Amino acid sequence: MPKFEPVLLANVGKPNSHTLKVYEGQGGYRALKKVLAESTPSGFLEAVKSTNLRGRGGAGFPTGLKWSFLPKDHLGPIYMCINADESEPGTFNNRILMEEDPHQILEGVILSCFATRATTAYIYIRYEYPLSYDRMHSAIDECYAAGYLGKKILGRDFSLDIFMHRGAAAYICGEETGLIESLEGKRAWPRIKPPFPAVEGVFHKPTVVNNIETVCCVTQIAARGVEWFKSIGVPSDPKNPRDPGSYGPKLYCLSGHVNKPGCYEAPLGITCRQLIDEFGGGVWKGRKAKAAIPGGISMGLLTEAEFDTPLDFSGPGKVGCLGLGTAAVVVLDETVSIVDFLHNSCRFFAHESCGQCTPCREGTAWSLSMLERIKAGRGRLRDLDLLLEIGDTIGIMPGTTICGLADGAAWPIKNAIRKFRAEFEGYIKRTNPRGYMMTDAVEALPVVGAH
Amino acid sequence: MAIVIVDGKEIELAPGERLNGIQAAERAGIDIPRYCWHPGLSVVASCRMRLVETGTRNSETGAIAMMPKLVPACQTPATDNTVFVTNSEKVERSRAMVEEDLLIDHPIDCPICDKAGECYLQDYHFKYGQDKRRADVRPFTSRRREMGKTVTLFVDRCVMCTRCVRFTREISGSGELFVINRGSDEEIDVFPGHPLENKMSGNVVDLCPVGALGDRDFLYQQRVWFMKQHPGVCTGCSTGCSIDVEENLDTVYRLKPRTNPHVNQWWMCDEGRYGFHHVHSDRRLTNVRRRENEGFVNLEWSDALAEIDQRFRSISRLGAILSPHLTVEEAYLLAKYVRQLDPQAVVVVGPVPVVGEDETFKNGFTIRGEKCPNRRGVEEIVSHFMGRVATLDDLLGGIDAGEVGGVWASGGYKQDWIDDATAERVAAVECLVVQDLFSSPLLERAAYQLPAAAFAEREGSYVNHADRLQSVAWAIRPPAGVRVEAGLFWQLLGVPGLVKARRVLDEIAKEIAFFSAAIDLVGPLGVDLKAGVLAEAAATG
Repeated sequence: MPKFEPVLLANVGKPNSHTLKVYEGQGGYRALKKVLAESTPSGFLEAVKSTNLRGRGGAGFPTGLKWSFLPKDHLGPIYMCINADESEPGTFNNRILMEEDPHQILEGVILSCFATRATTAYIYIRYEYPLSYDRMHSAIDECYAAGYLGKKILGRDFSLDIFMHRGAAAYICGEETGLIESLEGKRAWPRIKPPFPAVEGVFHKPTVVNNIETVCCVTQIAARGVEWFKSIGVPSDPKNPRDPGSYGPKLYCLSGHVNKPGCYEAPLGITCRQLIDEFGGGVWKGRKAKAAIPGGISMGLLTEAEFDTPLDFSGPGKVGCLGLGTAAVVVLDETVSIVDFLHNSCRFFAHESCGQCTPCREGTAWSLSMLERIKAGRGRLRDLDLLLEIGDTIGIMPGTTICGLADGAAWPIKNAIRKFRAEFEGYIKRTNPRGYMMTDAVEALPVVGAH
Repeated sequence: MAIVIVDGKEIELAPGERLNGIQAAERAGIDIPRYCWHPGLSVVASCRMRLVETGTRNSETGAIAMMPKLVPACQTPATDNTVFVTNSEKVERSRAMVEEDLLIDHPIDCPICDKAGECYLQDYHFKYGQDKRRADVRPFTSRRREMGKTVTLFVDRCVMCTRCVRFTREISGSGELFVINRGSDEEIDVFPGHPLENKMSGNVVDLCPVGALGDRDFLYQQRVWFMKQHPGVCTGCSTGCSIDVEENLDTVYRLKPRTNPHVNQWWMCDEGRYGFHHVHSDRRLTNVRRRENEGFVNLEWSDALAEIDQRFRSISRLGAILSPHLTVEEAYLLAKYVRQLDPQAVVVVGPVPVVGEDETFKNGFTIRGEKCPNRRGVEEIVSHFMGRVATLDDLLGGIDAGEVGGVWASGGYKQDWIDDATAERVAAVECLVVQDLFSSPLLERAAYQLPAAAFAEREGSYVNHADRLQSVAWAIRPPAGVRVEAGLFWQLLGVPGLVKARRVLDEIAKEIAFFSAAIDLVGPLGVDLKAGVLAEAAATG
């Protein structure tokens, strides 16, 4: 693979990269000026649509298509929400962008608002990111002073205000409609769809919700053009006319048992093994890898044998994972117990389930209580089947919940047990030699919470 | 014509009709289990109990394409060629899953739960649940928290359908209830210092599909399967909410709203809901008494009626005070009785109790300041006999002038309804008959004291503030010694047989144009008399 020159991370690491002066010195806001001078909102929207840019927040929905769902000639306001509630375990690319290169984000936000005719943008930022909050805030102030925000931006008939909103540390606020509810000051219970946010979102007005990294890609598309963007990544499958492909650069968050964890930029389609070996410097301490999370904990598990899976939007799905997610790769070395991994995963989702839909609320808690019992040496083989049944029945895939949190809770269970069943069975038989064949309901153990 | 197919049955929708899957299935006679969905509240689709399979039928080829995943019936609109399947194995399995999930945290304390017998969780478990517990057995917990003066919360029984939360936000507009914590630790709660105390709070207990919210007034009073429900009308104010009177062995235990889209939708206020205790009050009159010297002596009903009838016949001018608590039929019979004895008898509407002002809630539900059920009905009866709506002042004028010699005053009020000065003026007549629930200044001055019946004991019709007539049957028998007015007046009129309110209403409907719409059978939702009057005017004019 030819050495890929980072684009999204180009400014990261340079002194004072978060200031307007440095950003403009690198050619920042030139793309904005060009688009505002030469293009129309619909023209720029079509350009973004033609790149097949897919949302970087996890679901991979084509961004231009999402924008085009907004009602045409809408009389009232249209809102742009930027999802910076980055809480998927293992993911930290938004934080790096916000802390090191906030102006790249803001340029993308302004461009996206120009394309969608939004006049107000909200940046919903995770509570645990104080430095990001400060950097973004001062960057917004700089933009107002420089005339990139406010009324009649760069002399065009286009006005935009950006507001920051700090969340209160809940995973569910990263869900599109949960974020909207939270932004409105309500409990972040995801909404039923339809209506989709593009029709009725924040304050009952048409709304677009985009990820931080997505709007950075918009900046780069404006600066470098559609052809450049489509020259990177994996083209769409000609046999599947509905496949939008996986174009463009992607920020991969590599963590876990590797020598050099970090956020790396690579073209979409790099394999997990390449990422670990070329960027991460291999598995640490000379050990072998056992498994890896392909894109945040909710995407499931790749076994070591599946490491050659390309990390594009359709790759992990082919080996039983949920998808690419946030492209946060967490490597587990051979010493890690998959029982511990699953226990940790179940504890996270039981803690973060918003509690609206019955199958998710009770299913996540039930799976945690089973894992607690298995870990305490009172597991039974029957529990594995029950866990799989929970995993197979909760989520929007089978249609039993409103949002995708339950799918995210289900995939680690399904992948871990289906791909590492022998390890689970061995653990249960070893730790509960007398009772592993029991099938009757047993006494519940007290469950230790995540906090 | 739009056609919806539910489990193979075709249902036609009227043009412009918007139904969801649950409502469409109801048309087909299929009950889709539900917790969170209520026709009067917003759709949240969170309980996931009413998941069904859906698809569309190609109107040309007739081929049906089903969606691969389950959808909530409450949130899926039924449009032309929509197909719902509510009884497939996939649907049944998902119902079993939700039932199992809900029972993981539930204490299953049905033997000590007020809701047992009318509990959705219980019913659906028998219908769709699994027979064996697979989840770990939890230690029994039954935490109880008071939500306010009227409602208590059994925290562990809750299934988090959030109907109560949505009620306080969307219907009462007071928003006291909310959800605390997250995931399976979620609970319903109120903010410290802000208890649930709106004037419609009791409705959250009806809304609760399980035993989580308990009515403190009804708590542990009676098992629901012992009670019989009698359709009634709330007599607390002139809104006239449709209710069910629930009783066992002639004791009323609770009132519940009965769905009536024309009057109260699904709701009733606390004042009406808890305002039935006077029916069983110790202070109720149960003896027929005649004034003798300084005191009273008890009489038998038959003797008393004969005596009163005889005395009234010897008096030239009679008067009758028709209480707005009487039914239309009773008011008519009493007026007819005094008019039979004296064709010039003065018939007036009794005092109309007004407490405060009308109070309207967020969804439009109104508690009226007029605290009686039948002012409109009695007014129309009075104006039929008098040519206008005569009031107590008209009668007082006649009494003061010495023209009126005998008065039959009907009471039936829960609260004080007449002051000493007015009572003194009425008492100036030669023969005063007072029929009332409780002692009053007028009763003390009466020549004859007759005990009156309470609302749950009456049979007949009430006309509410918007001229809607609703007919009710009696729910309980009156206490020993009390006779219901309708039968009493029937006997005084000398008509053979037992009184039947419907027969009297037929006579009224034929005789008085205002009631003409009641000539047909009055259904459970009542009839709009105003519409009847308009139709009559259109037909004649």
